[in-house]
Amino acid sequence: MTMVIQTVLTIGGAGLVCGGALALAARFLAVKEDPRVAEVDGILPGANCGGCGYAGCAAYAEAIVLEDAPINLCAPGGAEILSKLAGATGQTAQMAEHKVAIVLCGGDVENAPRKFDYNGVADCQAAHTTGGGDKACPYGCLGYASCSRACPVGAIEIVDGIAKVHPDLCISCGACVRTCPRALIKMVPYARKIHVMCSSRDKGPAVKKACKVGCIGCTICAKLAEDEAIKMQGFLAVVDYDKELDNDAVIEKCPGKCIVRI
Amino acid sequence: MGAIKAKFSAPGGVHPAYHKDLAAEQPIAEMPLPASLVISMSQHLGKPATPTVKKGDTVLRGQVIGEAAGFISAAVHAPTSGTVKLVAPVPTAAGPRATAVTIEPDGEDKWIDGMAPCPDWRQLEKKDIVEKIAAAGITGMGGAGFPTHVKVSPPPETAIDTLILNGAECEPYLTADYRLMVERAADIWEGALIIAKALEATNIYVAIEDNKPLAIAAMAEAMPEQAGAAHVVALKTEYPQGAEKQQIFAVTGREVPAGGLPLNVGIVVENVGTTLAVWDAVVNGRPLTERVTTVTGGPVAKPGNVLARLGTSSADMVEFCGGTSSPVAKIISGGPMMGFAQADMSGPTTKTTSGLLLLGPESVHAYESMPCISCGRCVGVCPMNLMPNELSQFLEAEDYETAEAYNVMDCIECGCCAFECPAHRPLVQHMRRGKAQVMLNRRKQ
Repeated sequence: MTMVIQTVLTIGGAGLVCGGALALAARFLAVKEDPRVAEVDGILPGANCGGCGYAGCAAYAEAIVLEDAPINLCAPGGAEILSKLAGATGQTAQMAEHKVAIVLCGGDVENAPRKFDYNGVADCQAAHTTGGGDKACPYGCLGYASCSRACPVGAIEIVDGIAKVHPDLCISCGACVRTCPRALIKMVPYARKIHVMCSSRDKGPAVKKACKVGCIGCTICAKLAEDEAIKMQGFLAVVDYDKELDNDAVIEKCPGKCIVRI
Repeated sequence: MGAIKAKFSAPGGVHPAYHKDLAAEQPIAEMPLPASLVISMSQHLGKPATPTVKKGDTVLRGQVIGEAAGFISAAVHAPTSGTVKLVAPVPTAAGPRATAVTIEPDGEDKWIDGMAPCPDWRQLEKKDIVEKIAAAGITGMGGAGFPTHVKVSPPPETAIDTLILNGAECEPYLTADYRLMVERAADIWEGALIIAKALEATNIYVAIEDNKPLAIAAMAEAMPEQAGAAHVVALKTEYPQGAEKQQIFAVTGREVPAGGLPLNVGIVVENVGTTLAVWDAVVNGRPLTERVTTVTGGPVAKPGNVLARLGTSSADMVEFCGGTSSPVAKIISGGPMMGFAQADMSGPTTKTTSGLLLLGPESVHAYESMPCISCGRCVGVCPMNLMPNELSQFLEAEDYETAEAYNVMDCIECGCCAFECPAHRPLVQHMRRGKAQVMLNRRKQ
């Protein structure tokens, strides 16, 4: 019996002392958090995609409240979240243009041959550094899905050996852009539909050898497009997304068949 | 003088089938000039050289066509006289593209009036020797291609007491260094004395695996009398005895600290081919314009050791060796353990091309990589005492911080782990990718 009483007293006493210490700590060592941070964090979508440039939604919420960061950086949230944030913070801001990722390569299994059998780590960076990548084109999409794995919402799919972004699923966080070892992924305005689906900077003959749908640098599209909406960068035609381009002639006249409407 | 036996042997290591008999008894054969030479500006570790010629220029053999772009870089010279046809990027053996100069030989093979021969090199100052080595564009010819003039000019506060000539040639199939030691022992020794003078090193060791008794005998016989403390050391035959840090331990018992260099323990290691190039540059005043490459493997009709000009294409070398007599499934620049697989035979010979290996379908298997079964065999064979099993799993999960903490940067990419792995995991590729990423992360900080 004595042992039972002793045990109860010891354990109970220890519990009381520790509980008291915790109660004091909660009172005197409390971290005072701005309640607005929690409120803003509650509004943000919680995808933690990092597209705003902060470590995650909580970090962005803190930056909005404490550092007056602009409230229009949350691309996945869109206009709805923006208006809620405006209500919570009193800031006003315009939503930035809705941008989506696009993989600027159209060299799928059928059109772009491989120069050797790659049997290594299934990762684009690893393939890219092994013999310069197994694709004959040194600029083309390798299709080992590094971008697809980086995408927090599963918007990128490998179709016929190359990565394709589903624009309606893309939350414009830019995670894929940072992963691609060949820098093929660009953020483009959602409304824009005409793209040059090639990133090869080689001269025409070399491109033709490596891919059936590559840009050979003929400059026809650059001449057809009004207001320099397509510009030549060396031997590659590049769409200037700041300018209007809605001209089907560039698609029809492209001898490399690399300009497409998506 | 005879050879001494190595007292030590580095941990780990494997015993791949050597296949050296294919080319070992073939004397070095000089190849005639091919129709065109493609000379890469990136034949060494460090910054690629800057081309100094343009299309249409005529060049003479030994003329500088690429200037060293900084201290850790090396000059590139025209391997013969002729006309520059093109200056454009071409893929290197490892993959990425680098600028290359294409020369069409005029057939006269006329030397430029360049560096003066210097048979009495004993009169030269230390810095003159280093200058001559730099001017000759010599880089490590064993594989990594580290510029030799950097190696032989250690910081003044570092005392180098030992020079090791690396004649281990532990890579299967390759016999280029072996033939050099058998045929050019005296010149290699003189080259060693020149390097030792530049380093003020008092001990010279020539490290050779004990499966090359003829090379050991040739080097021991040619040992000069005035060499002081010079020895030929017979190493236990085991891959990778030719790896720098493993060889230093096997020969001297000294251990290079993690992340350190051989000069931290007072040692410089030079490949025997590099040593011969130093002799040629200092004594004959000839820059590095050619090297011996072993062209071998089952499908090669007449495997051999070819003295070819830098820039000779793989196809031309195979043609010189009688072409192929059976189907080719894999082309490797270098040896089977550390060489680089090639997509075709267009790649040019560089200062580091120690071999060109063709393998038939019977020797090439496309294994499917399986999950690690934790057998630990890779840990047992790793000569750097790393844990490739753990490391590869960290790297698969892209956990580069933990991989760095587990010393991924000490990996020498020798391939023992992947050779031994029963699950056929691409361990070396994981390490290479991990090392590149860790380097990138360090640079960002």
